Amino acid sequence: MEVIYMLIGFSLLIALIFLGLFFWAVKSGQFDDQYTPSMRVLFDSKKSSSEKSNNNQKHRDE
Amino acid sequence: MTTATATISPDICYHCGEDCLSESVAFDDKAFCCSGCKSVYQILDESGLCSYYDLEANPGINLKNTRHRARFDYLEDEEVIDRISDFRNQNKLSLTLYVPNIHCTSCVWLLENLQKLDSGVLQSGVNFLKKELSLLIDTEKTTLRDVVEQLVTIGYEPEIRLEKLDSKTEKSHRNRSLWLKMGVAGFAFGNIMLFSFPDYLDTTGTGLGDNFHIFFGALNIILALPVLVYSSSNYLKSAFAALSQGGVNLDVPISIGIVALFFRSVYEIITMTGTGYMDSFTGLIFFLLIGKLVQQKTFHRLSFDRDYRSYLPIAVNVIDKNGDEKSVSLDKLMPGKEIHLRNQELVPCDATLLSEKAYMDYSFITGESEPVSVTMGERIFAGGRLIGTSALLKTKEKVTNSYLTKLWNHEAFTNNDKELKLTTFADKISPYFTVAVLGIAFFTGLYWLQTAGMEPALSVFTAVLIIACPCALALSTPFTLGSTLNIFSLNGLFVKNHLLIENLSKATSIVFDKTGTLTNADAAEVHFHGNDLKEAQKSWVRSACRNSIHPLSRKITNYLSTVITSNSVKKGSKSHGNLPSMTTGLHQGDRVVEYQPNSISTLVTPRDDRPVISSFDEIPGKGIFAVIAGNHVVLGSRQFLSEQSELDITEIPITEFSGSTIHLIINGNYKGFFGIRSGMRDGISDLLQAIKEKFSTYLLSGDNEGQKDEFTNCFGANGSLLFNQKPEEKLEFITSLQKNNEHVVMVGDGLNDAGALRKSDFGIALSDDVSSFSPACDAILEGNSLHKLKEFMGFSKASMKIIIASFVLSLLYNTIGLGFAITGHLSPLVAAILMPLSSISVMIFTSLTTRYVARKRGLAIWR
Repeated sequence: MEVIYMLIGFSLLIALIFLGLFFWAVKSGQFDDQYTPSMRVLFDSKKSSSEKSNNNQKHRDE
Repeated sequence: MTTATATISPDICYHCGEDCLSESVAFDDKAFCCSGCKSVYQILDESGLCSYYDLEANPGINLKNTRHRARFDYLEDEEVIDRISDFRNQNKLSLTLYVPNIHCTSCVWLLENLQKLDSGVLQSGVNFLKKELSLLIDTEKTTLRDVVEQLVTIGYEPEIRLEKLDSKTEKSHRNRSLWLKMGVAGFAFGNIMLFSFPDYLDTTGTGLGDNFHIFFGALNIILALPVLVYSSSNYLKSAFAALSQGGVNLDVPISIGIVALFFRSVYEIITMTGTGYMDSFTGLIFFLLIGKLVQQKTFHRLSFDRDYRSYLPIAVNVIDKNGDEKSVSLDKLMPGKEIHLRNQELVPCDATLLSEKAYMDYSFITGESEPVSVTMGERIFAGGRLIGTSALLKTKEKVTNSYLTKLWNHEAFTNNDKELKLTTFADKISPYFTVAVLGIAFFTGLYWLQTAGMEPALSVFTAVLIIACPCALALSTPFTLGSTLNIFSLNGLFVKNHLLIENLSKATSIVFDKTGTLTNADAAEVHFHGNDLKEAQKSWVRSACRNSIHPLSRKITNYLSTVITSNSVKKGSKSHGNLPSMTTGLHQGDRVVEYQPNSISTLVTPRDDRPVISSFDEIPGKGIFAVIAGNHVVLGSRQFLSEQSELDITEIPITEFSGSTIHLIINGNYKGFFGIRSGMRDGISDLLQAIKEKFSTYLLSGDNEGQKDEFTNCFGANGSLLFNQKPEEKLEFITSLQKNNEHVVMVGDGLNDAGALRKSDFGIALSDDVSSFSPACDAILEGNSLHKLKEFMGFSKASMKIIIASFVLSLLYNTIGLGFAITGHLSPLVAAILMPLSSISVMIFTSLTTRYVARKRGLAIWR
């Protein structure tokens, strides 16, 4: 049963890492604005501008 | 690239979605309603930013309506930059701008890709709800002014107000510490729960060795310590502050519970007499902090405490000795300067008029519904809005000394104690609650001391303190009022603070402002009384009025335009599916264009259907005389008409119309008159009829008695109508009502209501655009939701009942818990089940009942 000591030690360590990540997330402002990021999901990153305008053209033709 | 050509087409603008009715500009196979929209498309196309148009259909901002481009010279002033920026060093500048035009996904995308338009922008981020754009600029590559001007070109003009100069944007990091505290509490709660579990399962007391007990106990104490010191610090501090001032708030019994829980658990663990209540302790704090977070949910994008500084712009155009215009920030504006104002701009300080004539709209300051005409040399008060042609003014006072500012600084306007007096029901009963809990704890402890001795007596004493900790009680108010606030905001009422809802629920009388509140200046009702006019005659009158800058002429022009265009629209078949919503926007758009001084010249240029004006004469303030296609058209007052035509004054009837009248003569024949009055908002008379039974209703207007008859029926017998009220008189009226023990709700919109809004128990500022300026108030109501006022008040009453019901529920849990505690059976397991159970059931109960009640009252729910 003594293995429990070690296991609990590890589980606490992992939990502490997650707490640390949570602290980092809050401090870097990720909880300040909870609405705008949901809009950013919709943005595609496109490669180049020329391709883009072609794509746009296609979309509009359709 | 194709060249731009003007064509007539029924298309909607590719950029902004406006109807291209009059003329459209074709470019790149797309139609644009104006060259402004086209040039934005061009800019975006060149920079490869056309995804803008893929995210939302026609996302752009119509540039036709932009009144005139503000000048940003002042953004080169080092001092101004220093004062509006958040951070600055040699080559980096970071600042936050308020951009009211942010409205859709495309806006967010475009503004966050600003570096493609201006390589000097290092970072740009949008906060959609606050409508804020945070920028990091490399000042070696670009200047702040360039970036702001670029924003203006693509239609996102930032609003930089005077208040920004004086206060750095307060970064909202307050919530962050709450999140962190909650994180710590949640972390400890979860882990301690896990470590306590073996003990709960171990009913015989044989399975776990002593070493495990010590190990888990030690871990529990280590984990719970930061929760006590960090997470619960706010409660302990608040309780300590209350006690040191001799008062008792709800945090006192909570803190007693917290302290009892922690130290009893530590005692049990150290003496190895038990496992302690660390899981209940951390869970309690965790739930309490969730309640706090719900409570702190505020409406970021709305400002409730605005004063004159956020009303006025940051700078005005001053004309220097050489005759050049230069923009100067308002706090540097000295008396005796010449300033140049354009249509729709605000007068920053008291001044005299240098131009021959100007129209000032004082509706926001005094409540007068009609613009006032000012002639050369007359005094103009700060806060007025210039309408029509641009004007030159000479400043008389510094901004801080003008009438508007004095009004704000008036002692009575600055009473701020309303919020300090706010207490929740929970705070009111907490002294009794605390005394009761301490009493029960002492008596049971005393009883156990006599029957069983010191040890069990102490354990029962602490058990009572623990279980009576009013956690559920503390949650019921924030959760009920939090969801009430949420439902209100879904329905267009944005309340500043959840505690204010109690004030709304107690209301006994309601006071309304007239101009802009019950009536809507934009929805002016124009009717022609007299012989029916032929289509041709209508277009003559319209052409005549179009040339006049008098506000009433503008209204007639708009009225006739809608009559004439609506006919022609009916004739032409429209094939767009999305038109119904468009057409209303179209008229609004038209109106703004009409106000543009420079548009007069373009409109006078004859188009096919427009009659030619051969002569035009306007006697300011009296009437107009025009010859159109050989026909004589005379419009104006009775006096003017009889002077200008052969008609005797007796031939022109005296009207009994309540409102402004303009008589019309065409070719020497009297045709009738236009009656103009500001229209009431939709559903107002129904609302007034419905509430006058239950509440005393009053009308308090700064305007004249022109519309008295219309409103007399709408207000109850125990109310009254008062006209020509100065801002101070409005304030006094509210005070006198309050002296008669009335709880007053004030509904107003302008600066003239500001004092009354402040003084009343619940001041509602009405605004057609909630993000635009509104005076200091307790709540902001969307103009088209005013008719729901009765439902809002009923719902606020219901919320108060829900709070009391949830109090009963949580007291029930406390009584059950006390039963365990008094008899000495409060095991850690019972506490660990009972405490979270009571908190969660109170949360569920309050949010379900508020939604149910809201739905029953016909308010929109769900988010």
